[in-house]
Amino acid sequence: MAFGALEEIVQECEKTGLPLWKVIMQEDLRERDADQKESMERMETLYQAMRDADEAYDKDMRSASRLVGGDGYKLQQAVENKTTVCGSFIGKVMMRAMKMGECNACMRRIVAAPTAGSCGVIPAVFLTYEEEFGESKERMLQALYVAAGIGQVIASRASISGAEGGCQAEIGSASAMAAGAIAWLRTGDAGCAMHASAIAMKGLLGLACDPVAGLVEVTCVKRNVIGAVNALTSADMACAGIRSVIPPDEVFDAMADIGKLLPSSLRETGEGGLAATPRGRQIARDL
Amino acid sequence: MNLFDILGPIMVGPSSSHTAGAARIGFVGYRLLGETPVKAKIELHGSFASTGKGHGTDKALVAGLLGMRPDDIRIPRSFEIARERGMAFDITSVYLKDVHPNSVRLTLTGKSGKVCTMIASSLGGGRIKVCSLDGIEVSFSGEYPTLIVNNEDKPGCVTRVTSLLSQRGINIATMQLYRDTRGGEAVMVIECDQGVPEPFLQELKALDGIEKVTYLNMEEE
Repeated sequence: MAFGALEEIVQECEKTGLPLWKVIMQEDLRERDADQKESMERMETLYQAMRDADEAYDKDMRSASRLVGGDGYKLQQAVENKTTVCGSFIGKVMMRAMKMGECNACMRRIVAAPTAGSCGVIPAVFLTYEEEFGESKERMLQALYVAAGIGQVIASRASISGAEGGCQAEIGSASAMAAGAIAWLRTGDAGCAMHASAIAMKGLLGLACDPVAGLVEVTCVKRNVIGAVNALTSADMACAGIRSVIPPDEVFDAMADIGKLLPSSLRETGEGGLAATPRGRQIARDL
Repeated sequence: MNLFDILGPIMVGPSSSHTAGAARIGFVGYRLLGETPVKAKIELHGSFASTGKGHGTDKALVAGLLGMRPDDIRIPRSFEIARERGMAFDITSVYLKDVHPNSVRLTLTGKSGKVCTMIASSLGGGRIKVCSLDGIEVSFSGEYPTLIVNNEDKPGCVTRVTSLLSQRGINIATMQLYRDTRGGEAVMVIECDQGVPEPFLQELKALDGIEKVTYLNMEEE
């Protein structure tokens, strides 16, 4: 059985003395009866696919509704012209998250991480961090195991589906996964990683899934940006020694509870929230 | 869920359920028919019918029927490719009783005249389930090498098949039995842990009481 609690993973790290990523990988190998080489190659393929998708961004592509496209390029220009308030690093993270969300909406090839709608968060954080801090690819792949392990626990305790838990289950989960991975890269500390993920999730609790016309466009694409930036600020908090008052596993349980309390109109049905605004309805009618 | 259910699949967007799952359903249909259809009737149910168009569900299904997998970058151009390859298709809405909201009924005709009808559902994360095949209720995902054995509903058929499997060292992961009426047509759906080689499929087909054997292995090229 894969880990059902972050607490179990931390305990396993303490018991075995193994690094966090390895504990997560080994449990998965045992579960799937797979070998390490196969697993590492698969992870590398995923990371390469994220990189390829980022590089294949085309500013002229447009989505089915024609509402999505070109915004990643606008951010790229802002970064290049040094006009972003957030500076170059965060500017690039925002740009990549936006680009990937747009690629998804425009039927390009992406990596669901954990879902297609939230596919921009992890690559934006990972690719930009690798570039900015000169991290090795090997370590980035290890950090992807950390992210995936956190995602596994979220999926088992709560959900990674917008139809079940709202956007908090998609963008919230992606953000928590990325936050934990970055905190681990910076400290090597399992506990710190878990608190980073908890802080990230807490910041996005309650986020509704209210896409206009039910499409993975408005406002899924832009929420990838907030998910990515939130991951970095959460990692910074945890690395500075700040801890989530509510234990990480309990934060995920709260996410599950909130998901159950959300009416179905705010769980991917395209009926409530932004989808129900006059403009949202107009867009749906015009499709 | 394993690690690669969380990260991945690599897929063409925008939606794992409405695009990747739809492409996979189409691909399973293509494999079950055993050839590219010359004619495909595609009937969308529930959320596939209401929001499918904006998610490219229609394009993804057609792409799958042409043998494309969910990460094939040609998915957005599948209608065009279908025309080039001479696959006529017709997409409509339908109400299907007691199925998942993301479901579709496919009626496929091959060049050889072979016809295959299936109902399948997209369950999320790109995973799917075939719920009905040629009018008989079934349940399989395509995640394992799968044998679909049509047989006479008579004593001994199941034993003959399972003992042959065990003799050839193939472990059964799951097995389900279905039939339309007592003594009529019956179907065994066997999900295996290992791939089933071609010579062994011939042996299965030759068994007493076996009418048809369809083999689905999504991993094979």
